[in-house]
Amino acid sequence: MAQASVTETRQSSWWHRNQQQLTPWLFLAPGILFFLFYVIFPIFQSFNLSLYEWDGLGQAEFVGLYNYEELYWDDAFYTSLKNNVIWLLLYLLAIPAGLFIALFLNQTVTGIRLYKSLFFFPFVISQVVVGLVFTWFYDPTFGILNVLLGAVGLPPLNVLGDENWVTVGIIVAGLWPQTAYCMILYLTGLNAVDPEQIEAGRLDGAKGWRMLWYIIVPQLRPATFIAFVVTIIGALRSFDLISIMTNGGPFGASRVLSFYMFEVALSEYGFRMGYGAAIAVVLFLIMLAFIAYFLWSMYKEEKAR
Amino acid sequence: MRSMLKTSVAAFVMLAAAMGAASADGLTGNLKIFLDTSNPAPRATMEELIAQFQEKNPELNIETTVIDREAYKTQIRNFLTANAPDVATWYAANRMRPYVEAGLFEDVSDLWADPAIGDNLASTKGAMTIDGKQWGVPYTYYQWGVYYRKDIFDELGLSEPTTWEEEKANCQKIIDAGKKCYTIGTKFLWTAGGWFDYLNMRTNGFDFHMDLLTGKASWKSDEVRKTFANWRELIDMGAFIDNHQTYSWQEALPFMVKGDAAAYLMGNFAVAPLREAGLSDDQIDFYQFVEITPGIAKAEDAPTDTFHIPANAENKENAREFLKFAVSPDVQTWINDGKHLGQLPVNAKSSVDDDKFLEQGFEMLSTNSPGGVAQFFDRDAPAEMAKVAMEGLQEFMVKPDNLDKILDRLDRAQERIYK
Repeated sequence: MAQASVTETRQSSWWHRNQQQLTPWLFLAPGILFFLFYVIFPIFQSFNLSLYEWDGLGQAEFVGLYNYEELYWDDAFYTSLKNNVIWLLLYLLAIPAGLFIALFLNQTVTGIRLYKSLFFFPFVISQVVVGLVFTWFYDPTFGILNVLLGAVGLPPLNVLGDENWVTVGIIVAGLWPQTAYCMILYLTGLNAVDPEQIEAGRLDGAKGWRMLWYIIVPQLRPATFIAFVVTIIGALRSFDLISIMTNGGPFGASRVLSFYMFEVALSEYGFRMGYGAAIAVVLFLIMLAFIAYFLWSMYKEEKAR
Repeated sequence: MRSMLKTSVAAFVMLAAAMGAASADGLTGNLKIFLDTSNPAPRATMEELIAQFQEKNPELNIETTVIDREAYKTQIRNFLTANAPDVATWYAANRMRPYVEAGLFEDVSDLWADPAIGDNLASTKGAMTIDGKQWGVPYTYYQWGVYYRKDIFDELGLSEPTTWEEEKANCQKIIDAGKKCYTIGTKFLWTAGGWFDYLNMRTNGFDFHMDLLTGKASWKSDEVRKTFANWRELIDMGAFIDNHQTYSWQEALPFMVKGDAAAYLMGNFAVAPLREAGLSDDQIDFYQFVEITPGIAKAEDAPTDTFHIPANAENKENAREFLKFAVSPDVQTWINDGKHLGQLPVNAKSSVDDDKFLEQGFEMLSTNSPGGVAQFFDRDAPAEMAKVAMEGLQEFMVKPDNLDKILDRLDRAQERIYK
């Protein structure tokens, strides 16, 4: 009798002592397991796979760093890499564009909600639809773009068929929904802007650009950070638009790394899992640089608080 | 009451047994079929074919899955290894090689040993053979050639050309009339492969073409340069529609329908959409691709679609019966007629439907293609090479001046791929 009660108290006291530390881990456990299994594990798997030559069916053959050497000589790889950089740079235009639309819409007029939802609309529809709409817009024979160019006396342009224009053309299509996304982030950010600071700024004689740059934008920092993160991620994932609008063409000029990886490893003509994995590793390293930066700046923010 | 129920159940069981005995020659068990025939007409045809097979074998439990044609090309890699059906559609020649080499397709040489198949399907036997064994059966094939607007030809006083000079002279007249000679959409690359197939087979012959695609001949050889020089003559004339790199093959059809372009080098599947777009059979006609180097035996592209039994299939005997049924003369006649697939039957005992394009195509392939029958650029060459090469062909069509760079690239790719 006495013994039993001793074990009971010991048991309950162990749980009691560690409850505080254990509970969060218990709640996190499913998430951590899935994250390990679906994110961390595949990263190492692709590192490993990139050292093999494998067609996805037969025996995998160990080739060391041969796939990376092959990448070094591959023109298509450099085209994709260059396009990735262009995507990263031009896609950032969505942030200022979103900010200005948000400032423009941040007023009280009848029906402003309707206008806001219309501006937000492109983000709601599928990327595939955006791609198709822009493909028709750019169509060299029937598209409205060339009609407009003709109206102002410019020669027609086959945006998606010209290797110098094609990437820019696709990015413009991608900016349409991305701007809407940044806009909504800034609209919520603007709600949190402190009216007293604006008042104070006004008393000190700030208006127009100076007001925007010194009073408003600093207060929108959290929104800017999130907009930056989603835009960078969006630029690196730019797969669906390319697939829909050009399928990587003309002659591979609009490929980015993610699309090229898909093409060599998984598409109709792709049988090179190891090579695809090598591209994935390069893409991962680029992303890692950004992820490290994001984590670092979030860590700094937490500490400052 | 209870006994009555019992008796009726017993009677029913006996009846069922008797019925089973009556159809004792029918197959039993399961048959799982995966199809890539997702377009409306082929889909309906396949469903009808399977329904007929079901009628013959009422005891058989058939399960059919139709997968989107493009998606199928990537999914087949998964389902052949993980969740194999008993019958799967695919393509002949090199396109089936990866699966044959990986041991995922069943050797069906036993079916071909039967003269009913071996002799009657002799014309496609080569395309189904790898390492001296057959790995499937064909169920349809179709010709390629030049489909043209007869009314435009008549208006300009042109007749069907037979030589390269006539072809170019015709084309010049069409261009002078303010039209383009050929429509084409190279966004998905393979259409350019069709042009290269024909130009190379006519310039250098079938054997050289096959050597090139199987890696035995060089992309930097003089023969290949001659082919590109011929192609360039057309490009420099402005024979092809502008901006073809932005169009799929379907998007290139309206140019011909509207009369902006006079002809289309295509497979016979282009006829149906042209008819649907409102062109009558008086307006469209067909001619065989012209001779380029005199004296070279003409060879044709005739892509073959096939049925295979995956090596991991569970009901291989049922699958073999289905394959036999699908290639039998009667079935071949009706599934390939104008109301169904609108293509050519693979069985020599079948009859070709009363359709001017099918008749001309059948005639061309059976009597006027002494050089041989090719499958198609991306089915004869290994997939990886086909991709790189077709991209180069598209680039050449847009920027013919880049030819040296393109050929260097193909040469490097060839060295890597066929080692």
